[in-house]
Amino acid sequence: MNFKHKYVFLFPGLFVLIGILIFPIIFTIRLSLSGWNSYTPEMNFIGITNYIRLFTDDPRFWESFFRLSFLSVTTVILQYIIGFALALIVWREIKFKRFFRVIFLIPMMTTPVIMTVIWRTFFHESLGPVNDLLGNLGVKPILWLSDPVIAKFTVIIVEVWQWTPFMFLLLLAGLLSLPKEPFLAAAIDGASPFRKFVYVTFPLMAPISIGAIIIRLIEASKIMDTVFVLTSGGPGTATETSSFYIYIKGLREFQMGYAATLSFTYLVIMIISLTIIAKVLTKLMIKE
Amino acid sequence: MEKLYKFLKYTFIILWTVFIVAPFLWAISTSFKDFQSVNSKVTYIPWLDFEPTLEGWRVLVKSPARGGVDIVEPYFNSLFVTCTASLISIVLGTLAAYALSRFTFKAGFVRNNDITFFFISQRIMPPIVLSIPFFIFLSTIGLLDSLIGLVVVYIVLLMPIAVWIMVDFFNRVPKELDETALIDGCNPYQAFYKVVLPNSVPGLIVAGMFCIIFGWIDFFFAFILTFTEVQLLPVKVVALNSSITPWWSLSASALISVAPLIIVAFVVERYLSKGNLSGALK
Repeated sequence: MNFKHKYVFLFPGLFVLIGILIFPIIFTIRLSLSGWNSYTPEMNFIGITNYIRLFTDDPRFWESFFRLSFLSVTTVILQYIIGFALALIVWREIKFKRFFRVIFLIPMMTTPVIMTVIWRTFFHESLGPVNDLLGNLGVKPILWLSDPVIAKFTVIIVEVWQWTPFMFLLLLAGLLSLPKEPFLAAAIDGASPFRKFVYVTFPLMAPISIGAIIIRLIEASKIMDTVFVLTSGGPGTATETSSFYIYIKGLREFQMGYAATLSFTYLVIMIISLTIIAKVLTKLMIKE
Repeated sequence: MEKLYKFLKYTFIILWTVFIVAPFLWAISTSFKDFQSVNSKVTYIPWLDFEPTLEGWRVLVKSPARGGVDIVEPYFNSLFVTCTASLISIVLGTLAAYALSRFTFKAGFVRNNDITFFFISQRIMPPIVLSIPFFIFLSTIGLLDSLIGLVVVYIVLLMPIAVWIMVDFFNRVPKELDETALIDGCNPYQAFYKVVLPNSVPGLIVAGMFCIIFGWIDFFFAFILTFTEVQLLPVKVVALNSSITPWWSLSASALISVAPLIIVAFVVERYLSKGNLSGALK
């Protein structure tokens, strides 16, 4: 089937998207070559000065980038393990199956920033329930939000709470669409549940797993909302992610030109590293 | 062995359920507290630990002039932006997805898959990268702090989702369906509108739900591109957080903001259990 009409279907969406995006991207590149800041808010041309500054004189950006990588990879691994376990459990018949399925989905329907507002009171160091309950067990108050190391884990806890449901949903939908025959064959062979998982379920789920992990990594690489409300990047810069740092440079300090340099570099790194991760995961998981 | 496995299984899902429900229970309890029961010591159960009041909830219906929190207007703003952007994204995204699923495109080295990837890859774009040029762009044309400006930005956020779900969905709708319609004398538009679309309702619903979820929960663009004229719900609640708002009204407004989409969880589960989602999300 091939018609002239096919363009009528494709073009409205394609051109609306390109139309909305083309300006910001070209503008960002141009802006990154300028010294636009609050003193000189104009599009002058300073060449690659900004890029030189970024690559030679801005450890804070690279720290925020490695922090982001650490946070997103850790949360996605945890989400994958927990989400897969939950999906496997409610995949088969189990008491209150549909109740559990609904419960496991709920967090992803809630607005991250708004839930984080609640988490903030939840982890409050003197008035929150976590430290109070732990205190009853004789544990000293934990500095959930003001200790540089623990604050990272608090962010991870909140992110895992928020987004494991998405992983769960994708994996459960995948499990439900698997063909029945391989499982019957395994049952006839008398395979143990463990062997069944290793030799049947997991290989069949590999493509779906890769898809789900990549989608989650893409979303996790944008971690910002949670950090913004929970810790504002603090204490110090302990939970500052790249997006947050760019936000500070651009929209708080109004160094628009430099922020554009950071944005563009960040975007390029994101695209390259996600492509590499996708390739590596495919190699690792589909080989057998 | 069997028993142990079963025990571990139930322990795990019950613990996870407690973890999921905990912040909600805490927020519900907090929303009925007063100054004393928040600030003296940590309290949990109404009547037993503290005397519940409705103060937190009453603030939501009071007029802002009398110390209330105006949550109604942000509610409708959020609703409007989410629904408009979702609708536009679904219409344009579905058309594009249909084209990508049924016809072959060739332009230089670009093939169907590349176009599909272009659509979906827009999700990789970190919001911050777009927000700076959008900030300058919208302020130049005077759409900063307006609903229309936000709808435009949200289309970028949502159309990739619509295309992602619908391409996969159309790939599973048999081609024979449209071919038969064409043989029966429909033109391609009629074949799409009268035959394919009615058979795609589950896919459309799933795509719609995802657009609404990801539109409704977005905070960043709303935060950067609006100030006082237009406020969306997440921005409003976060603004409460940073001011001196007491915990009880904070919890009440947070709960009321996340409540509507929890219904979506039930719809998603229904589709999942009927098997309609399995293909749509693969």
